Amino acid sequence: MLTVNHVRARVVEVVRETAHATTVLLRPNGAWRGFVPGQHVQFGVEVDGTRKIRCFSVSSSRTRRDGLFAVSVKAHPDGYVSQFLHNELRPKTLVYLSQAEGDFVLPDPVPDFLLLISGGSGITPLMSMLRTFRDTGHSGRVVFLHYARSRADEMFTDELDQIASSGPSTRVLRVYTREPAAGAELVGRFDAGHLEYLGIDPARTPTYVCGPAGLIATVNDLYDKLGATEQLRTEYFKVPAIDLDAADATGTLTFEKSATVVDNSGATILEQAETAGLTPEFGCRMGVCNTCAIRKNHGAVRHVVSGEVSANTDETIKICVNVPVGDVNVAL
Amino acid sequence: MPKKHAPIEPLSAVNHNEAPKPLVSEDADKRSTIGLEYMTYEQLEEFGQELDEVRQRVLNDIGQADANYIRRVIKVQRSFEVLGRVGLFFPFFWPVFLLGLAFLALSKIIENMEIGHNVMHGQYDWMNDPMVDGKRYEWDIVAPAEDWKRSHNYVHHTYTNIHGMDRDIGYDLFRVDEGQPWYPRHRFNLPIAFMLMLVFEWGVMHHGVERSDYLSGKISKAEFEAQKKRAWRKIRRQVFKDYLLFPALAVPLIPLTSWWVPLAVLGGNVVANVIRNVWSFNVIFCGHFPADVQTFTEEEAQNETRGQWYLRQLLGSANISGTRLFHLMTGNLSHQIEHHIFPDIPARRYPEVAKDVRRLVEKYGLPYNTGRLSKQVLSVAQQLAVFAKKPADPYQCGNSPESKALREAQQAAAAHADVPVPERSAS
Ligand SMILES: Cc1cc2nc3c(=O)[nH]c(=O)nc-3n(C[C@H](O)[C@H](O)[C@H](O)COP(=O)(O)OP(=O)(O)OC[C@H]3O[C@@H](n4cnc5c(N)ncnc54)[C@H](O)[C@@H]3O)c2cc1C
Ligand code: FES
Repeated sequence: MLTVNHVRARVVEVVRETAHATTVLLRPNGAWRGFVPGQHVQFGVEVDGTRKIRCFSVSSSRTRRDGLFAVSVKAHPDGYVSQFLHNELRPKTLVYLSQAEGDFVLPDPVPDFLLLISGGSGITPLMSMLRTFRDTGHSGRVVFLHYARSRADEMFTDELDQIASSGPSTRVLRVYTREPAAGAELVGRFDAGHLEYLGIDPARTPTYVCGPAGLIATVNDLYDKLGATEQLRTEYFKVPAIDLDAADATGTLTFEKSATVVDNSGATILEQAETAGLTPEFGCRMGVCNTCAIRKNHGAVRHVVSGEVSANTDETIKICVNVPVGDVNVAL
Repeated sequence: MPKKHAPIEPLSAVNHNEAPKPLVSEDADKRSTIGLEYMTYEQLEEFGQELDEVRQRVLNDIGQADANYIRRVIKVQRSFEVLGRVGLFFPFFWPVFLLGLAFLALSKIIENMEIGHNVMHGQYDWMNDPMVDGKRYEWDIVAPAEDWKRSHNYVHHTYTNIHGMDRDIGYDLFRVDEGQPWYPRHRFNLPIAFMLMLVFEWGVMHHGVERSDYLSGKISKAEFEAQKKRAWRKIRRQVFKDYLLFPALAVPLIPLTSWWVPLAVLGGNVVANVIRNVWSFNVIFCGHFPADVQTFTEEEAQNETRGQWYLRQLLGSANISGTRLFHLMTGNLSHQIEHHIFPDIPARRYPEVAKDVRRLVEKYGLPYNTGRLSKQVLSVAQQLAVFAKKPADPYQCGNSPESKALREAQQAAAAHADVPVPERSAS
């Protein structure tokens, strides 16, 4: 049967973290091989008959004895899956997972001194690290610097408070960018001053950053300037950004299996593949026979006849009648 | 439910010249003549857009109910199969055995028609569920999915009823249309059809191995060999399962019952397959071969627009009327017309699509071929009988001296492209 090696999980509990974020606690089946803090899973859930697949980082501690793990999701304003998870997901729902993947993980052994920086929902992989440190009695020094809009908008607030007061080795510092706390040590967005205040020398501090593109770019620039890029590891929650009004074809089209990348010419994916020298299977070239159907890994495509845009991660499309909108990656 | 994004301005159906590849004429200005006896080009364009709208409306509505439906059908089919297999182990108690036989035959019919055929059209690809993925599905019949999909989904559904392109016009075996040349073997149209009916799955398998396309150089030797290999692999699998494995499982029953029990199991499997063959043969022959179904020439279809493509599907197919259960048993291929218009929309939606198709049929005064199973089967039989007779016109006989001379002249003309291609002189 198809299911044998497939990771499935049942939703055990759905916990509201904030008005816009939710944690989903999962009980995986025997096929699950566990995770390393910092990794993510491809999370498939059926919404209105369609299995939608999105990436979510594991947010729970690695040491849970009950074998459960959690992901935490920020409801994207017009996000399809994140809104569903936040508002409609019920316990006992079956979800379809990949094994944990990603190399945004700590080296073994964990360095004695570590800086973790996150912004917004980017806290999730770092939270898994922090929780695991706490539960394993990790003795090295850790500084966790987190940026959220406000305390109300922050996930895991109580637990962060606890960890903050648990001992001298872990320092937790939160910066509320929109509504700074009274007497806050730091204010505003991340800059070099924040690290100076913490007495951190980037060149000598292994640093993990996860958050919005802007935060990652700022940290990257700073580390670059200080020649500390080697210390820096980043994770970016890439959410499709679709410019439907773009007059010209933009972005790149990646043919994953043949390791070929071309500039999107605006033609159908089938035509662009052929121009790039690939020979995908096709039949009618008019969207009828399904011969050309392949997996789209991510990115948005537009149907040439109906104009419908589809931006799902990991879905089947007919490449003879779809053109890329921005960056697209297909299994060809 | 999260809101749907407003679609952007769609490309016009005709701007995106979607005439399937071999139907694009060298002369870009040439216009296809399909449907001109019913509509103007403007109306044809409008007709195409109206059907595109119907398509989008149905697609927008597709969701959980459709997913639940196909899963329910799969569940029912699987339980029928189990009941059938178990029942066949009781040949010494014939009511149970017969019931088992009926369940197995039903299970095979549902699997082939409502599940296999439809899933392999990609009708459920939107679910993103590997269980109903059109690319992965393999069905319970000797024809391998891959080759069937090529000859059916691509060739037949794209070039529907175009002579010389759609190999499903008479399956290279029968003469079912005036436009096909008559050969003496066509005298046996009816008896051959009757025999094919009993072994239909083998016919479908054989049809997927494109010997004539290989001999005429349309497919490579490697591809032809691969088709044969796939067919043999699938035959082995099916024969092993139905005619060896299940009878063998009955061998331990011999000491408890009688020596012939495995043979009865074997017989049950054969009969179940034959019942399925007879049923699917009838449904499928009624889809394109009743009287008044139209066929086309490549010439007419070249550079057709989307509207003309839709119209060709409508004119080239025929429906069978019946109850909901009947439609399910045919995999909704009783709505052959709607299936041909939208082959990749879940088949359970065809009755709904049919309402719109009939509305457009009224509006443009188009024919809509439908009737009860008995009427359509009779019509097919009549067609087979009528076209079995040797036509009076020698040009309609493939091996008449006149036809041969014409073919030679055409070949010669093709060699010297400047000489105009001769047309047949009598009609
Ligand atoms: C490695 C990785 C780890 C991640 N970890 C986490 C995590 O731990 N927590 C978390 O909350 N998120 C995480 N994400 C982000 C997550 O995977 C989703 O991208 C996010 O939740 C948004 O999904 P959605 O279905 O809600 O939004 P989508 O429906 O995908 O929408 C995203 C954007 O695309 C636009 N869009 C979508 N479809 C269309 C369309 N047809 N036409 C026009 N515009 C469209 C929407 O308007 C929106 O702006 C991670 C991502 C990656 C890559
Ligand atoms: S080639 Fe037929 S659907 Fe794309």
